[in-house]
Amino acid sequence: MAVAQNQAQDLAQSAAARQPAVVRADGAALANMTKEQELSAYHLMLLIRRFEEKAGQMYGMGLIGGFCHLYIGQEAVVVGMQMALKPGDAVITGYRDHGHMLACGMDARGVMAELTGRRNGYSKGKGGSMHMFSAEKGFFGGHGIVAAQVPLGTGLAFAAKYRGQDNVSLTYFGDGAVNQGQVYESFNMAKLWNLPAVYIVENNQYAMGTSLARASATTNLSKRGAAHGIPGEQVDGMDIRAVKAAAEKAVAWCREGNGPILLEMLTYRYRGHSMSDPAKYRTREEVEKVRNEHDPIEQVRRRLIESKRASEDDLKKIDARVRDVVNEAAEFATHDPEPDPSELYTDIYADEAR
Amino acid sequence: MPIQVLMPALSPTMEKGNLAKWLKSEGDTVKAGDVIAEIETDKATMEVEAVDEGTLGKILVPEGTADVAVNTPIAVILNDGEDGSVDYASVKPEASKAAAAPQQARTAPSAAAEPPKPLAAPEPDVPEGTEMATMTVREALRDAMAEEMRRDETVFVMGEEVAEYQGAYKVTQGLLQEFGAQRVVDTPITEHGFAGLGVGAALAGLKPIVEFMTFNFAMQAMDQIINSAAKTRYMSGGQIGSSIVFRGPNGAAARVAAQHSQDFSAWYSHIPGLKVVAPYTAADFKGLLKAAIRDPNPVIFLENEILYGQSFPVPKLDDYVLPIGKARIARPGNDVTIVSFSIGMTYALKAADELAKENVAAEVIDLRTLRPMDTETIVESVKKTGRIVTVEEGWPQSGIGAEIAARLMENAFDWLDAPVTRVAGKDVPMPYAANLEKLALPTVAEVVEAAKAVLYR
Ligand SMILES: Cc1ncc(C[n+]2csc(CCOP(=O)(O)OP(=O)(O)O)c2C)c(N)n1
Ligand SMILES: [Mg+2]
Repeated sequence: MAVAQNQAQDLAQSAAARQPAVVRADGAALANMTKEQELSAYHLMLLIRRFEEKAGQMYGMGLIGGFCHLYIGQEAVVVGMQMALKPGDAVITGYRDHGHMLACGMDARGVMAELTGRRNGYSKGKGGSMHMFSAEKGFFGGHGIVAAQVPLGTGLAFAAKYRGQDNVSLTYFGDGAVNQGQVYESFNMAKLWNLPAVYIVENNQYAMGTSLARASATTNLSKRGAAHGIPGEQVDGMDIRAVKAAAEKAVAWCREGNGPILLEMLTYRYRGHSMSDPAKYRTREEVEKVRNEHDPIEQVRRRLIESKRASEDDLKKIDARVRDVVNEAAEFATHDPEPDPSELYTDIYADEAR
Repeated sequence: MPIQVLMPALSPTMEKGNLAKWLKSEGDTVKAGDVIAEIETDKATMEVEAVDEGTLGKILVPEGTADVAVNTPIAVILNDGEDGSVDYASVKPEASKAAAAPQQARTAPSAAAEPPKPLAAPEPDVPEGTEMATMTVREALRDAMAEEMRRDETVFVMGEEVAEYQGAYKVTQGLLQEFGAQRVVDTPITEHGFAGLGVGAALAGLKPIVEFMTFNFAMQAMDQIINSAAKTRYMSGGQIGSSIVFRGPNGAAARVAAQHSQDFSAWYSHIPGLKVVAPYTAADFKGLLKAAIRDPNPVIFLENEILYGQSFPVPKLDDYVLPIGKARIARPGNDVTIVSFSIGMTYALKAADELAKENVAAEVIDLRTLRPMDTETIVESVKKTGRIVTVEEGWPQSGIGAEIAARLMENAFDWLDAPVTRVAGKDVPMPYAANLEKLALPTVAEVVEAAKAVLYR
């Protein structure tokens, strides 16, 4: 996947840019990853992938209803970004949110039980796939309205600054969401007030059935903040090392008080937009090509083996552990009871006065 | 253990589909992710991917089979070493049987299987003996738009996925092919922007049909709809208005939770300057959408996802246009009035059936238009029955039922023999869990009970 850079000059001079990094043949900055980091990234990405495959399967069996948007193919983005965070940082995204929750450390059982609409789901079964939260893990949702999370994430950054914390907020949104007006209203305020907001466009090339070029007058999305003085760069979102390098730089930039920054992650979703996507807007070959040549998990797997950091056997053990966690989550989510009918009227007001 | 491949549910409302094609044959090896079959629903053709590895053991449902119910076993995948000589009937689905697996919460009302009898002639202007065609609400809407686009070249359609994708709910199917990209316009996801652009085009004399993928997303555009579309005629002293239709599915869909499941009928009906239409039958959808497109005012045209696939008789007329602002008596009766609109009619009509079994003749009124509201038809009915129940899926406070109650206080106080009684959605955001979702919506039983209450039975 092509990687271009359009770093603002001040960004290049930031302390954040002085991270130790290797440079890939095509010029992309890559993070140095320790063996432990590489193995844990592999583990987490695989967990997301297997979780999503299982969710797709359970949807097909009628255990999950409504809309269900899978994250398969995009795993490196959220896992790489998460590696730059520390406690107190906030994460917010749209409806393609299962991967973000797992990356934030939310429990697979609670996420799956929310997908099946059961009482031990993260939202007690009331939110479903698109609306899930964990105050404990700093995950602020799960939002069903395209781009609505962008002002909200800007507000999370506002709060961090207001309180004098050096925390940041990560706001994820799609290549379709970038055209909503509220994105630019947010950009303006974020720069005006120098808020610690990392905006991450997950450019998976399509918004439902509409390719980026069919919806956007300009397609280098990393430049969308330029008019507001927000630096941005394009990142190979299929290579965990590139994501991690960009994440560390961006997060440090925000923590140092430099204001917002925009990362355009070039990525790809393998599955349909949601479960009911006729997929007429792209060819099977296109999907296969990305899957075969750029798969984020396969890249790490190959590197681990080639560098002898792990043996086939070590990885098989990880695979088995991941399958166990996912199967257990599915089992739990299948047998967890539905919410008590009295829950219909709870959680509407803080004081529950009606 | 061999694994059954089940007919998957590919959308929130899918109950059955056609097995269009097998892409793998018995004996082929399959890997997770391989496309093994193609399935057609009323919305689209979709691919079924294998989720397990193995050998395609047996195809249980041959290609070309129509109306295969969701969860029917369609094939069996064998693991390494298993042979095909299995008793397929005993093969268990891979999933643990999910004791309380909530199935699709909302089975589409049975109207599709059993189209309602052509009710007291759809409209006075349908000549005696007019031939009827059975069509879905989805088709009726598409035909209405196509007919108006043929008739008036200033009419165009705009919205997300309306053109190349043929509509997120396939309502605009075929329009791009017939009218081209200038008149069937795919927009970016920018509701406030394209709603405003549509109003601007209407101020300049075009007749836009703005499709919201669902009305939930029209909230992004609320300012343009209300402050620009609804008020400009007034603010310009009548010089400039906007002839524009905002249309799309409104109300609860199935299992999509609070942000995607809500009824905006009452919201829009509050606004002077807007007309608000919310039909139930395919004939009314067609005749009223044509009227809405021709109307010189901004019209909010509320459709319903669950109704899209239902079939009704529609008069075969060249130009079937119905008046905005006229209710329809869907079922005459003398004992109690039940008034509703849109999908609420399914509860109202079923309740009337139930009541008939107990010798109660309910008169069912389909409002069809919410603003201007046809008070006269409601009042005339109440003069006859003295009792009334309102039915809607929206929230009770300041709802359509509340409005009807107020109008009856003003116009039919002396005719009422019992308090006006409302059946509405529960006063909560829509929950996701299947059981809670069911509880949040009105039920036929609640309507029956309310009718009996006003009859003091
Ligand atoms: C305001 C709004 N408009 C429309 C929709 C329907 N919708 C849901 S997802 C989507 C496409 C978004 O694409 P993108 O931003 O690229 O994110 P991706 O799905 O690729 O992750 C649309 C149009 C919505 N949920 N909210
Ligand atoms: Mg996208």
